[in-house]
Amino acid sequence: MTEQRLFRNRMLVALAGVALLLGVLVARFYNLQVVNYDDYRTQSDENRIQVRPVAPTRGLIYDRNGILLADNRPSYNLAIVRERVRDLDATLELIGHLIRLDDSDVEKFRNRMQRRRPFEPVPLRFRLTEEEIARISVNEFRLPGVSVEAELVRYYPLTDLFAHSVGYVGRISERDLSTFTEEDVRRYRGTQSIGKAGLERSYEDLLLGEVGYENVETNARGRVLRVLERHDPKPGAELTLNLDARLQRAASAALGDRRGAVVAIDVKTGGVLAFVSKPSFDPNLFVTGISFNDYRALSDSLDVPLFNRALQGQYPPGSTLKPMMGLGGLADGVIDAKYKVKDPGYYRLPNDTRLYRDWKRWGHGKHVDLIQALAESCDVYFYDMAARWNIDGMHDIATRFGLGAKTGIDLPVERPGLFPSRQWKRGARGMPWFPGDSLNAVLGQGFVLATPLQLAVMTATIASRGTHFKPQVVLAVDGVEQPPEVLHHVEAKPENWDLVFEGMEAVVYSAHGTGKKAGKDLDFRVAGKSGTAQVVGIAQGEQYDSEALKERHRDHALFVAFAPVDDPQIAVAVLVENGEGGGKVAAPVAREVFFDWMSRPQDLPEEAVSDEIDMGAGHG
Amino acid sequence: MASRDYMHRLPDSHSSLSRPVSLSRRWHIDVPLLVLLLVLAAVGLGVLHSAAGGDVHYVKRQAVFMVLAFVGMFIVAQIPLDVYRRWSPWAYVGGCALLVAVLFVGVGAKGAQRWLEVGGFRFQPSEIMKLAVPMSVAAFLHKRNLPPSFFTVLGALGIVALPAALIVRQPDLGTSILIAASGLFALYLAGLSWKMIGAAVMGLVAAAWPIWQWGLRDYQRQRILTLLDPDADRLGAGWNIFQSKAAIGSGGLYGKGYMQGTQSQLDFLPESHTDFIIAVLSEEWGMRGALLLLLLYVLIIARGIYISFMAQHVFGRLLAGSITLTFFVYVFVNIGMVTGLLPVVGVPLPMVSYGGTSLITLMAGFGILMAIGTERRRVTF
Repeated sequence: MTEQRLFRNRMLVALAGVALLLGVLVARFYNLQVVNYDDYRTQSDENRIQVRPVAPTRGLIYDRNGILLADNRPSYNLAIVRERVRDLDATLELIGHLIRLDDSDVEKFRNRMQRRRPFEPVPLRFRLTEEEIARISVNEFRLPGVSVEAELVRYYPLTDLFAHSVGYVGRISERDLSTFTEEDVRRYRGTQSIGKAGLERSYEDLLLGEVGYENVETNARGRVLRVLERHDPKPGAELTLNLDARLQRAASAALGDRRGAVVAIDVKTGGVLAFVSKPSFDPNLFVTGISFNDYRALSDSLDVPLFNRALQGQYPPGSTLKPMMGLGGLADGVIDAKYKVKDPGYYRLPNDTRLYRDWKRWGHGKHVDLIQALAESCDVYFYDMAARWNIDGMHDIATRFGLGAKTGIDLPVERPGLFPSRQWKRGARGMPWFPGDSLNAVLGQGFVLATPLQLAVMTATIASRGTHFKPQVVLAVDGVEQPPEVLHHVEAKPENWDLVFEGMEAVVYSAHGTGKKAGKDLDFRVAGKSGTAQVVGIAQGEQYDSEALKERHRDHALFVAFAPVDDPQIAVAVLVENGEGGGKVAAPVAREVFFDWMSRPQDLPEEAVSDEIDMGAGHG
Repeated sequence: MASRDYMHRLPDSHSSLSRPVSLSRRWHIDVPLLVLLLVLAAVGLGVLHSAAGGDVHYVKRQAVFMVLAFVGMFIVAQIPLDVYRRWSPWAYVGGCALLVAVLFVGVGAKGAQRWLEVGGFRFQPSEIMKLAVPMSVAAFLHKRNLPPSFFTVLGALGIVALPAALIVRQPDLGTSILIAASGLFALYLAGLSWKMIGAAVMGLVAAAWPIWQWGLRDYQRQRILTLLDPDADRLGAGWNIFQSKAAIGSGGLYGKGYMQGTQSQLDFLPESHTDFIIAVLSEEWGMRGALLLLLLYVLIIARGIYISFMAQHVFGRLLAGSITLTFFVYVFVNIGMVTGLLPVVGVPLPMVSYGGTSLITLMAGFGILMAIGTERRRVTF
């Protein structure tokens, strides 16, 4: 065999090998591109296409005249997708050089990072300024996985005015997450906030809306290049409230800097027209996470601004219960219109040495009837009635007016107050009911506790001659009015209602009426009742000396009222903590509420009202 | 001209040529090969343009390299073959010296020293050996009786083993194997007996376990494991292969369209303009494009084999055969790697992958091929 033939043979064998290997390559292409085409097509699509949740717009909240109470405003946040960042610490450090980044931002960011979902952008800084956005954009190439995301965040334009009614949203916390069902987890995809207090919390389900989705194309570094497909989210429901921003402002202004609460209720529907608890706070602080210092300032304040006095403050209602008690006494036949009591300034139970004092040292005279007893708030008249009545009757009438139980208002975490009964005392205190307990209870003292809201509901029930509505803050959801809900009807003879009305009117208009300030310079008639609740008990024989007591140990001042008497529209309960005189301090507040509400043309065009409020809001 | 090298040359060489020498033959240009290479270069630039995401910078640089490489090929083709044959031992010795130098003063990255730096200019001595080794083996066998005797085989193996060992030390296992293969191809084509080939294969199989255990580095073992089970580590070592298979597979029969490949354009495909560029072509042009590219390679290889068949003497034959088969090995290893048939080794796709050094070496090889193919017929038989 010549060398050349040998070479040719060898080359032909090699060629066979080449052909074989080429066949392998062709087969491989066929396998990848034809046989498994669908699998690889899916893989490459999954690579580039990300399904991103689109958070729904939270429902807006308006007052009854269409003034915006809870708005959504765009905020530009800096967010990080952990999976796309190689060195997190280096990235954070670089960001720290570019924009302001506190230790607390980083700390909160790391907390949020703990409970993120895979490939979810976790916010690091909120409310970037335009300059900060520019700085980040310029350095985008150095910051893979870092992006500026636009988000709508809650804004409360009237700041502290509705903090205790509308409430606020906050970032979804660990605790919130732990209560989430699988369905909740789905619904909150892409959403950062959840209602924490007030209506924002109680109407969370309606306000949230339904999450949407979009398929976006991203490159390998996670930058979104375009949106391929979008299923729009469904925005949350719009709430229109019974609350009236102007009335709220008037009530808040009337209360001034004092601590206290004002609740005004529409007598015809149970709609809550004003709901004030002071001091208040700026709910906007909570929206993107309150700073430690801000929170400490609020929670450490002696005035406890975070405490919702109107809803959760349980106070001895004092003499404000007298009209209701009078109605109960009339119904049970304990008293009648002509029944009179001699008041020497004190009352003494049979076989008892203890003196039950009237607030007026020398008494109200020898012939005190129900009208005078209400007008001048005669304690002895009611001691006498209580002594001849019984706690069961009192408990019965109080319960029918809503005391001792939650009112069912559409705000979260309501307190029930307390109206004692024999059973309650046996169970809670292990003691029988003493006649002296009844004397305390009839004056709204002793064990009796009520929230300002409950007192407003009680007053509205009197004003409507027995129709006990459930108080409602929300008037309409997405424009659909919520029907008023009557819990029950308090039955009483018309002449008894007339007597109670007359007595309460006398509080405001009789010569010695304790609440004359409630009707001052008003061109309609007001009916009311003052109340004073002791904060600390006063030992027998000791003189009440307000000068000697520290301010915070002074009596709470209360006033409940409705107007106009001939066709009641609005009922109000006012509480001023440590205000001492119900008639002196609380009644003028009620007067301002009435004045504002009744002096207003009821069919004012919407714009006129909102203009007025906007001007006012500038100072608030 | 050293007449003693051509003992069987006829006194009057002109008498055997009845036709005048053509222009292309005078300038040592093999026209079919040149046309094929130009087409391949054009295809390569087009694919690179897409793989670089439309960044003309890469395309411009690569075009400059291509011009240089074609000029280099032309120059290489002008040099008479026996000059290569006589100078190949010196190239070999010099290359080996440079490889030794690399081990001591070389620069590199990722734990491998592959480059020498002289006056700011960097080059890989192993590139020289890609041509020097087959040339030396062919020259060594040229004067010997063929099929080679046992001692001749030993000598040839020694020529192959020294540079291969030096390059393994860098370490650069892939290049070492490819260079060894080019030398072994020459030996095989010279008629290495099947018995010895069989014995060598058996020896390799027997040595497989010890090599796996002690001969390979961790990353090399990892690459082989990844090949066997690419899905085991999708985000780590398997990432490249996972993405390149997704790119090729999702291209289907007809592809996603030029510059429309989502895998490559959105940067999911790593090394898309260098070693993994065939995945870009396959994604955007589909199986249709991949097969057309394979066809181009096949035509070039066919031309190379034709040239080797037509070569005038042993040196030319063996060298042409070795260059052609090595070229095929490059194509096969690269495509096999990108399609997940072979472990990931850094072998570029000839004429298409971005990179100047390998391109120039490659074209120098084709220059030698042209020199062989256009050698004046001095022999009749």
